[in-house]
Amino acid sequence: MDTIFALASSPGKSGVAVVRVSGPKAPDLGRQLIGDSLRPRYAHYGTICDDDGQHIDDALILFFEGPKSFTGEDVLELQIHGSIAVVSAVLAFLGAKKGLRHAEPGEFTRRALENNKLDLSQVEALSDLVEAETEGQRLQAQRVLKGGLRDRCEGWRAQLIRAVSLLEVSIDFADEDVPEDVTPEVIEILAVVSSSFDQELSKSAGAERVRTGYDVAILGAPNVGKSSLLNYLVGRDAAITSKIAGTTRDIIEVQMDLSGLPVTFVDTAGVRETSDEIEREGIKRAIMRAEEADIALFLSLEGDLPDGLDDMPNSYIILTKGDITGRDEAISVKTGAGIDNLIDKVVTVLSEKFPSSGVLIRQRHLGAVSLARDSVNCALNMLQDESAVFELASEELRRALHQLEMLVGRVDVENILDEIFSSFCLGK
Amino acid sequence: MKHFDVIVIGGGHAGCEAAAASARLSARTALLTFNKDDLGTMSCNPAIGGLGKGHLVREIDALDGIMAKAADYAGIQFRLLNRRKGPAVQGPRAQSDRSRYRHAIQNLLSSYKDLEIIFGEVVDFFGSDDEVLGVVFSDGSVIQSKKVILTTGTFLNGVIHIGDKSESGGRMGAQASSLLANKIYGYDLPMGRLKTGTPPRLEGQTINWEQLEEQPGDDEPTFFSSLTKALSCEQVSCGITHTNARTHEIIRANLSRSAMYGGHIEGIGPRYCPSIEDKITRFADKNAHQIFLEPEGLNTSVIYPNGISTSLPQDVQDDYVRSIYGLENAKITQPGYAIEYDYVDPRCLDSDLSVRSVKNLYFAGQINGTTGYEEAAAQGLVAGLSAALACSGKDPVVFSRRNSYIGVMIDDLVTRGVQEPYRMFTSRAEYRLSLRADNADQRLSPIGKEIGCISNERWEAFSNKMDKIEVLRNDLRSSSFSPNELNAQGINVAADGNRRSLYQVLSFPKVGFLDLVGLDKRLEHAEPEIYRQVERDALYANYIERQEKDAERLKKDEAIAIPKDFSYEKIEGLSAELAAKLNLIKPENIGQAQRIDGMTPAAILVILARLKVIERNARAGNA
Repeated sequence: MDTIFALASSPGKSGVAVVRVSGPKAPDLGRQLIGDSLRPRYAHYGTICDDDGQHIDDALILFFEGPKSFTGEDVLELQIHGSIAVVSAVLAFLGAKKGLRHAEPGEFTRRALENNKLDLSQVEALSDLVEAETEGQRLQAQRVLKGGLRDRCEGWRAQLIRAVSLLEVSIDFADEDVPEDVTPEVIEILAVVSSSFDQELSKSAGAERVRTGYDVAILGAPNVGKSSLLNYLVGRDAAITSKIAGTTRDIIEVQMDLSGLPVTFVDTAGVRETSDEIEREGIKRAIMRAEEADIALFLSLEGDLPDGLDDMPNSYIILTKGDITGRDEAISVKTGAGIDNLIDKVVTVLSEKFPSSGVLIRQRHLGAVSLARDSVNCALNMLQDESAVFELASEELRRALHQLEMLVGRVDVENILDEIFSSFCLGK
Repeated sequence: MKHFDVIVIGGGHAGCEAAAASARLSARTALLTFNKDDLGTMSCNPAIGGLGKGHLVREIDALDGIMAKAADYAGIQFRLLNRRKGPAVQGPRAQSDRSRYRHAIQNLLSSYKDLEIIFGEVVDFFGSDDEVLGVVFSDGSVIQSKKVILTTGTFLNGVIHIGDKSESGGRMGAQASSLLANKIYGYDLPMGRLKTGTPPRLEGQTINWEQLEEQPGDDEPTFFSSLTKALSCEQVSCGITHTNARTHEIIRANLSRSAMYGGHIEGIGPRYCPSIEDKITRFADKNAHQIFLEPEGLNTSVIYPNGISTSLPQDVQDDYVRSIYGLENAKITQPGYAIEYDYVDPRCLDSDLSVRSVKNLYFAGQINGTTGYEEAAAQGLVAGLSAALACSGKDPVVFSRRNSYIGVMIDDLVTRGVQEPYRMFTSRAEYRLSLRADNADQRLSPIGKEIGCISNERWEAFSNKMDKIEVLRNDLRSSSFSPNELNAQGINVAADGNRRSLYQVLSFPKVGFLDLVGLDKRLEHAEPEIYRQVERDALYANYIERQEKDAERLKKDEAIAIPKDFSYEKIEGLSAELAAKLNLIKPENIGQAQRIDGMTPAAILVILARLKVIERNARAGNA
């Protein structure tokens, strides 16, 4: 097996850069750099020189002896100065060594998976953790990385296997001494599992949104203060504000971290009657965007709305320019009045609408568990119907089991892996 | 010197089926056994079929094997098990007259012109250490052959235990062929040790039948062979009785004298067929165990009491049998005993049942760690067909998990091996809804036709039946009805405005064919055999379609072949234990590798990754 290396920290200038080396040649390399005093899990100070003895950099060197390492193999971590030149010199130095090669994208994680250091759901969570920008994203990824999803799956599997085995006993040993009716016990187990599925699904309804973010559309008549609000929220000039109606024809988006939730505010064209064809198209898009958004904030000076904006679900009317209209309940970007409340309200609505305290953090997880739930419910119906189609109920339960196994990567692994690993960045 | 294409050693269920299969393919075949009486002997319970097992017998029949025909001829009580459940899990079963069964097998074998039966003791293989070219008899004579199939059951280090007494031997009264056994040990194949037991046999005239519950056969018998149309002999009932507190007390007091509990036996017994000692120990709170009193034939009064196999000393057997209701005066004609034996770990076989490390040698039956007549016969069929096809340079028949219980069993054996004597269950088949006893002919007869192992008579009957099924199915599909029309006929359908074909309606679990006859005049003339088959096919149609889609998705990965010379040692990231296992089993594809015990998803990945590298290198090499 090759020994692989790559820059583990982000490319570009930084105080310190970390280069990771994993594989059978890692200990040799470590000894070459700091001598026989190399010990696992100790920080060593060493010097990196090229083969001509030319000094490249001083480094802090850590050695993790397999299997107690990220990949499960022997791993060396070189902490060097975070200069573009130093990093490229060190990578060139490693690349020239026999048996060492630059890692392919995601290869470190792949090796961790292959060595049973992580299961499939943990690999996904790790990817999420590395990408995490908000507190909510971090917490969510950590839950799964700690094995939360695997543990849930194992629990469900154990119960379903028990249910299947009860059905199978009454099928395969019908001519033997197993007279008791297994149906009540199977129904009891399935009811528990089914409601556990429901619970987890409802807890995780917003998990995918925590990863991908929420949309909040800002709508209203021209000059009602949409772009000003967005600019105030962002604290910088992300959208052009102008007193001339119709300037903001294109949708402008800004991503923000609101109390740990990744929220995209979308500024839209002002809605009004117009004969300008281009403007009409912009207005049509604005309304469409508002319909797709998780929340639509309708901005208005007096509480009235232009035609076409009434009756939209998920919409909230926000009064603006309180400093001019003098209304207490209105917000004002001049004085900052009511803005904190508005943000709190957005956060509250989003967290209530999309709870995400569960372990199903990807569409793939939600999809598999809801299919498993459908199958279990289908089996439940059959058994409650008393028409004794045990072989079909069992078939549904096997299907549910299969879905759960897919979650942690037991079967059909390659297709899933291709997808996962292709989204992986070098060196993680 | 005589020369054959295929030599089969052993005249049990595996051997007879293997020899017949080989001869059907016109390979010059020799069946070698000690004496004529061994051919077709039922050494354990006098019954064929059951759940999973009945499926195997139907599959053997679909390929024109002999077990089904013999079992129909010998059947003295036919029952379709799980009659009240769906057709996928129904299994035909029959009590057999031992002597009629033996005669049927011997008659069937004698009808094959390419089959010669030779009596004698084989003591060695002719050939070299890694290649078999024939057999050597105890008198030193040699017969040559291209292939040899070994089906010698429990002859490897077999030991019989009754209480603390033990003697070496296959089954009671049979010779143990130890010289040939030494030859097998010499191959240094991986081995394991198993045990199994039998109950004492009873003299039926000493049983108080009047006071016992009677279990009759079905009113309408379900036969094994599709060519059997009528009963061929008188039918009888079985009796049912139970053990009681007194029985359990006697057994418990004497447990230390049992061979199995006294520490005399180390082999692993089947969990699903426990001895009576096991039953009262493991299920101590159960105060009665059921016993079926099965007649061994029409012209014998010997009774096989199914459910009380034992290895207690004979005097204890007398005591506990007589404590049972209805058996107060019962006389034991032959005591129960336990038998321990070595088996060859079947993971050293390829899926055509040939031994990977010894050329031209095949194993079938109990020697591979299975139990049961049906499992043995099915393996015999596979080995016989494989060996004969190989003789003429043809590809082996592929029995897969998708097309047959035979395929499920072979795949289980060669990839997972056995931990206890292997018996077929319907739950082992993941495609159970499509692998039914009722459609074994639809699944396998076309394959049999292609390789040439089925008779014209069978093929004509099968084609004729399939034509009628096709016509009826088309009739059912060709007209559609509104929910109103269907509800008017008493068929409950959601009023969703969708028109449904009668075939779709037939897939509702509660709708039968006769419910539909009023809707379409063409249906009035359908024969029961035909419409019942269409009914069964329709019942699972939706599920089977879904399964097929699922299977299609999986197939891509599963079908990835692993080259025979693939080396697991060089792959890092595979535990030494798994690497050793993989090297032993040598899975032929990723699907097989996935089913190996202890296999992890990560390990599969490592293998896939390595295969990709090989593929990439090969492509680079070609470019």
